[in-house]
Amino acid sequence: MSALAHVPAASGQSSAPPPPPRRGRHRLLPYLLLLPGAAWLFVFFALPLLQLAAASLYDPAGSLSTGYALTWAFGNYPDAVQAYWPQFARSFLYSAIALVLALLMGYPLAYAIAQKAGRWKNLLLVCVVAPMFTSFLVRTLAWKTILSDNGWVVGLLRDVHLLGPDGRLLATPIAVVLGITYNFLPFLVLPLYASLERLDPRLLEAASDLYASGWQAFRRITLPLSMPGLIAGTLLFFIPATGDYINAELLGTPNEYMIGNVIDSAFLVRLDYPQGAALSFLLMAAILAIVFGYLRKAGTEEVL
Amino acid sequence: MRLSRWLADRWVMIVALLVLGYLSLPVLVVAGLSFNRPSSRLSYDFHEFTLDNWRQPCATSDMCDAVLRSVQIGFLATVVSTVLGTLMAFALVRHRFRARSGINVLIFLPMATPELVMGTSLLALFVAAGVPQGFWTIVIAHVMFCVSFVVVTVKARLAGMDRRLEEAAMDLYASEWQTFRRITLPLVLPGIVAAALLAFSLSFDDFIITNFNAGTTVTFPMYVWGAAQRGIPPQVNVIGTAMFAIALLLVGASSLRGRRARRAALLAPAPAAAPPASRS
Amino acid sequence: MGGKVRERETPAGDLRLVDLTKRFGIFTAVDDLSLTIPQGSFFALLGASGCGKTTTLRMIAGLEEPTSGQVLLGDRDIARLRPYKRPVNTVFQSYALFPHLDIAENVAFGLRRRGIRSVDDEVRRMLSLVQLDGYERRRPAQLSGGQQQRVALARALINHPQVLLLDEPLGALDLKLRRQMQIELKRIQTEVGITFVHVTHDQEEAMTMADTVAVMNAGRIEQLGAPADLYEYPATAFVANFLGQSNLLAGEAAGPGGDAVPVSAHGARFAVPRERARLDRGPVYLGVRPEKLHLVDSLDRVPAGHQSVAGVVSDASYVGVSTQYLVRTGWGSELSAFAANTGSEVRFPVGASVVAHWNPRNAFLLPREPGADADRTSPLLDEPPVGALS
Repeated sequence: MSALAHVPAASGQSSAPPPPPRRGRHRLLPYLLLLPGAAWLFVFFALPLLQLAAASLYDPAGSLSTGYALTWAFGNYPDAVQAYWPQFARSFLYSAIALVLALLMGYPLAYAIAQKAGRWKNLLLVCVVAPMFTSFLVRTLAWKTILSDNGWVVGLLRDVHLLGPDGRLLATPIAVVLGITYNFLPFLVLPLYASLERLDPRLLEAASDLYASGWQAFRRITLPLSMPGLIAGTLLFFIPATGDYINAELLGTPNEYMIGNVIDSAFLVRLDYPQGAALSFLLMAAILAIVFGYLRKAGTEEVL
Repeated sequence: MRLSRWLADRWVMIVALLVLGYLSLPVLVVAGLSFNRPSSRLSYDFHEFTLDNWRQPCATSDMCDAVLRSVQIGFLATVVSTVLGTLMAFALVRHRFRARSGINVLIFLPMATPELVMGTSLLALFVAAGVPQGFWTIVIAHVMFCVSFVVVTVKARLAGMDRRLEEAAMDLYASEWQTFRRITLPLVLPGIVAAALLAFSLSFDDFIITNFNAGTTVTFPMYVWGAAQRGIPPQVNVIGTAMFAIALLLVGASSLRGRRARRAALLAPAPAAAPPASRS
Repeated sequence: MGGKVRERETPAGDLRLVDLTKRFGIFTAVDDLSLTIPQGSFFALLGASGCGKTTTLRMIAGLEEPTSGQVLLGDRDIARLRPYKRPVNTVFQSYALFPHLDIAENVAFGLRRRGIRSVDDEVRRMLSLVQLDGYERRRPAQLSGGQQQRVALARALINHPQVLLLDEPLGALDLKLRRQMQIELKRIQTEVGITFVHVTHDQEEAMTMADTVAVMNAGRIEQLGAPADLYEYPATAFVANFLGQSNLLAGEAAGPGGDAVPVSAHGARFAVPRERARLDRGPVYLGVRPEKLHLVDSLDRVPAGHQSVAGVVSDASYVGVSTQYLVRTGWGSELSAFAANTGSEVRFPVGASVVAHWNPRNAFLLPREPGADADRTSPLLDEPPVGALS
């Protein structure tokens, strides 16, 4: 399972105003309760980000063995972009295509579970979550079997001539995008389901009573009311999808490598910390810019 | 046309079932491959049925070591992150204090940051601080990314709890501690348990952050990652299927327990259904 | 069960609130409130939402700390004790039953917290008092609203508190059930003899159940007394129109006068018996309840000793037990008059000229703010007035 169990609950809750402060001896209590967790997050989340920022400005001539000097080498950034912009572009392109596919699949699925499933609702919901009980990597490897050149999928596609006689799926962008779509789809479906589940079906009856066609009712009622879930789901899908490199590694070839693959090798193979740090930072900045731009456009800042 | 009408009514459900098929397919394949005797180490295709993999799941001993290590790490990370996160959730829901918005950002950001960035930044910190990487750095990293999810999960449960229940307990002679012990804790417990299970599954399955902070320590996902280059032993699929079955059993048991409790309560001696106020 | 109530160690006594004040920031919820609630009485705090009645209750329970003032139980000031240190229990609005405990454990909760081991007999006795025998093993969620209400009551009463606080206890019930529970609560209070302090916004509920009703408005008590006294002789314009309806004519009293206080209003002269006048000089309201205002078709038919106002019927609503008229007076105000449908009365159509008359013994005189020159009648009814013509 993964990052999603919280989502329905979280997006549904409008935080009630906190209770009035208690007597004096309780005034320190909230700080004591917060201290360990906040300190942990500060030391092992916030501080490392600062360190990463510093590392991205190290002198690129240094190495792990000789040590690095912080020389404010801003040149690391343009260098990194110049060297790896195709991987950057690919990351966003693949995750954007995967997002569109996921929306096309996830919306009907969430809608059907929330509004049409009746007594099967819980069972279907388990079916969405259950695959995540199996390890992420193991499932991704299973796609290797499914899409393999000897498998029935490729065979079928060849028979109907959607693929040429030597056409393949594995080690192509299609496999990578399919893998990304598959891996993060539940993150999109669950918050969406939480929104759609609260949708009162009588609203749709009222809309059709007021002359709305099925499509208009969807466009004017269902879609706007599911917006919070849609936004939360989109972000929960897009953020990990863009940073992912497992699908590209396992289902693709270096021709499908995304920025994650580059960062991974920068840190763990080439040991070029300044470049890896610069790329990481750029990735985070790009994602944050997209997220906040998107949130502003969507007009809600409290979805997550 | 009757068929097109039928389709028009049900196309959403049909699409949904197809998508569910897409979501379930890999798990079925994993389960199937757990009974496979592969033709070669690098083959991913089904070759021959066998029960050997299930009889000897630890035939490749490094894999079982990795699984054990993942369980240990998951357990430690779960305990620590559940405690820290629950305390924070209580502070956020039950108290008013300065710096609330700062804390909220600190909790939200790890969930919105790509794992890759968290992994590399922690690596940068450990390297700069000269901390050797291994078992404990993995635990630290896992606690870090689990805490936020624990906070959010427990917070939702806590916020949904009626404050008047605690007032009622205090009104009925329960001290602050007794109120917490008898009322608050039992009512929030499902949220805490859910948070702990979530934390464990996040930790057990994490690859990206672990990969950057593991040193030479090998967890189960890292073992799979390494094996993917060298050839995957079919026992990996046994572990995957077993995890799936265990989790499914847990879910099934808890929902069954809920249902049985409800039914038992319904069957409790139904007092002669006298409308109590009828005599007045 | 009166005899079975155990005497508690603390000397029983009246509940007294002394100069009780509660502020939330700049908002004063309860403003220098003082009142005495005699032991064993059924006392109702009546007011609209936001008037401070629930805050008062919560200060008695210990769930809110007073900004200043005392809460005395007998001679002991309990205002600053934690809730669990007070011999006071509460029936919460929407009950606050513990969802994870069954009914028996809910009811036994207070006894157990005080270290009492064998609770089964007492629990059974309490459940039978509230007529829920046999429900011990159920969960709160499986009970109807009325049943949950009874459990909440049993859970509080089992502790034999000196004072039982009820916070809108019947608010969540439908009308029919509410009526039943009103009678039931009154029966139980008589049986156990505990002081009940009941907070409600429902005037009928307060009047049906309580011995003494305090009408609260803006954090203060407007008037306190037996229900009939409040209704028959309200002390303020607020009370006159909050408890039922009143026709209030703005006038000037030119007292002292003799047995009756002379009043001039809208060019006419009236008199109100001295014992029905809150003051005898200055700006006043002359009040008459709609059911005490009778309509006749001419001045000749006004009985001797009655006082009258002429007008035209502007609206007549037949509501079954009565017909409710609005009569437009010469100076433009509308008076409300209820005529019981006894079968022998005359009906007046809209537009008919009528004379509205009343017995001065049924009128009352209230203070009026100098600036408030208009009459205060509330001709548009939301709900039937209390006890009107039944």
